Amino acid sequence: MAVMTYREALNVALREEMRRDPRVFVIGEEVGLYEGAYKVTQGLLKEFGPQRVVDTPIAESGFTGVGIGAAMVGLRPVVEMMTFNFAMLALDQIVNSAAKMYYMSGGQYNIPIVIRGPGGPAHQLAAQHSQSMEVYFYHVPGLKVVRPSTPMDAKGLLKSAIRDDNPVIFIESETLYAVKGEVPDDPEFIIPLGQAVVRREGTDVTVIAYMGMMYRALEAAEELAKEGISVEIVDPRTLRPMDTETIIGSVRKTHRAVVVEAGAGFAGMGSEISASITECAFDDLDAPIERVTGENAPMPYARNLERAKTPSKEKIVDAVRRVCHAQGS
Amino acid sequence: MPRKVLEPRFSVEYLSILDSDGNLDAALEPEISPEQLQTLYRAMLLGRRLDERMVRLQRQGRVGTFAPIKGQEASQMGSVFSLRRTDWMVPSFRETAAMLWRGWPIEKLLLFFAGHLEGGQPAPDQRDLPITIPVATQLPHAVGLAYAAQYRGDDVVVMAFFGDGATSEGDFHEALNFAGVWHVPIVFVCQNNQWAISVPIKKQTHSRTLAQKALAYGLPGIQVDGNDVLAVYAASRDAVEQARAGDGPTLIECVTYRLGVHTTADDPTKYRSEEEVQEWERKDPLTRFAAYLQKKNLLPEGLEQEVDAEIAAAVTRFEAAAAADPLRMFDHVYAEPPPHLVAQREEMRERLRSDNAPPEGEPHPSPPMRGQRSTSRWRN
Repeated sequence: MAVMTYREALNVALREEMRRDPRVFVIGEEVGLYEGAYKVTQGLLKEFGPQRVVDTPIAESGFTGVGIGAAMVGLRPVVEMMTFNFAMLALDQIVNSAAKMYYMSGGQYNIPIVIRGPGGPAHQLAAQHSQSMEVYFYHVPGLKVVRPSTPMDAKGLLKSAIRDDNPVIFIESETLYAVKGEVPDDPEFIIPLGQAVVRREGTDVTVIAYMGMMYRALEAAEELAKEGISVEIVDPRTLRPMDTETIIGSVRKTHRAVVVEAGAGFAGMGSEISASITECAFDDLDAPIERVTGENAPMPYARNLERAKTPSKEKIVDAVRRVCHAQGS
Repeated sequence: MPRKVLEPRFSVEYLSILDSDGNLDAALEPEISPEQLQTLYRAMLLGRRLDERMVRLQRQGRVGTFAPIKGQEASQMGSVFSLRRTDWMVPSFRETAAMLWRGWPIEKLLLFFAGHLEGGQPAPDQRDLPITIPVATQLPHAVGLAYAAQYRGDDVVVMAFFGDGATSEGDFHEALNFAGVWHVPIVFVCQNNQWAISVPIKKQTHSRTLAQKALAYGLPGIQVDGNDVLAVYAASRDAVEQARAGDGPTLIECVTYRLGVHTTADDPTKYRSEEEVQEWERKDPLTRFAAYLQKKNLLPEGLEQEVDAEIAAAVTRFEAAAAADPLRMFDHVYAEPPPHLVAQREEMRERLRSDNAPPEGEPHPSPPMRGQRSTSRWRN
């Protein structure tokens, strides 16, 4: 087990999969010579050459479409979005082609493509550069959507995504690239898609959170522990298909749930998870489910506004207290 | 620091070999064997006759919305005729004749337009993409196929179809740009049929030709008489040979005309004149090719009846097909169905069974109370 950053874990995953399977190639803006805007593709051009590490013209729809075409004939492209905010330019390719070609060809052409890059709140990247983009994708049948919170997950899930026979949307985070953690060295180590994980065990309330919000929830749990509230944290890791079983199992144990998401909330992941809990475990609940989400406004540029827009530890703490009918200290 | 011309004025070649009356420019006549000429004519005729039959089937409610090809048979057949079976064809949604030539059985196309999933399923050894509806989005896929061929060193050429309206889409320009930068083996075939539903070509672009759009990407572009199958074939053969030799992509603009409706949901009398349609009817690609074959004594007797019989037999087989099975909608959403889809499929199977079953038991069972509710519904 090595300690490495989230960024390095992604890099190792790409490198191992490219060594393992000659069909895997990386394509996108600045992925070659520049080694990625966030250096995730560091060293790949040198090891694998320009045919497998492809710098493209700046055209998200174009290189995503090219990836889809190459995937139809059995290659396994990993498309890098410099940021997922730019993936909107490729939305038609992802929604109308990547997600539907297997269906429309009657099972003849599956699309084993991974579209990866950072998304979500970062540090002063502002309105067009800090959005939680997963909402645009997990609605679409045919897509899988992954949000890995730790270096170990980054490696294990990216490797699974590359080996998966379906289109996988894999959204990382600028704020996590430098986070360090233990990562297994075994090149055959993978984490299957569609499996949530319990990050912290607890008995009084289940908090469902991923990415930066998961770390914030961990901090909130520490604080709440001092008040005698025992928080269980479930990280879905894959948003589609979602491991509802693990979430429901936890709620059946704690009888209370708080869902945290960085995005603007309305019709977001929190809504979906809340609906699932209500449908499957209504009778187990001792309090209404609470959602903690970003404010319903574009991401501001100013640091203090950015902080105010994004769910804070305090907001999570307050929500947990409410569902536990606790007054706080 | 002078002001100077960096690029000389460009020119775009126009090619026409067989005029509307079947007169030939013998110097340009491509070499095609008599048997191949007859095969080509038959394929065009089959496209035309099936097209007419499909429109009737749609009017009778036996198939859904359909985009007729009438008038564009030469553009399609002249181009795909230059491909090998091992090459790729990437259609848009108005390439029935080309699809038949590439090996789609007639009844499969009928099934497709009747909404059966298997209608869109190419045979395992067939190198064709399915029909696609969003305009121009298939063009980056075609470049992806060509990139994959280059990646693997396969001897494969890709031919991609689209209309005049598609040349306004970003994906068209992105595809040409990528193809140019990577020098991949691809031929772009634009069927300029003058109308994007109700928008005429003059409102689509200020460029004099669509072919010249290739020049901006460093690619050759050629305009051909799209109702002249020999000209389309000659230009396509050259472009395919060039791509196969590793000499890069070409854009071919086939100047043609949609004689019929945009789709069966359209009424073109609202936006274009009868005179314009009649003018293009005089340039019908089938009539002039028939005249050319007639002069060579190559026009077989009874061909129309033979083609019609082939279509009739396919329609009979199509009509014998069972209704589409609702449960099949879950078959190809993911390569392996995730648990929630398995559960939804099961739920639908139960519903279909109970919808057909007679009502039984207690008509209004008591609603479940707390703790009695089903907890197995997964919705994600």
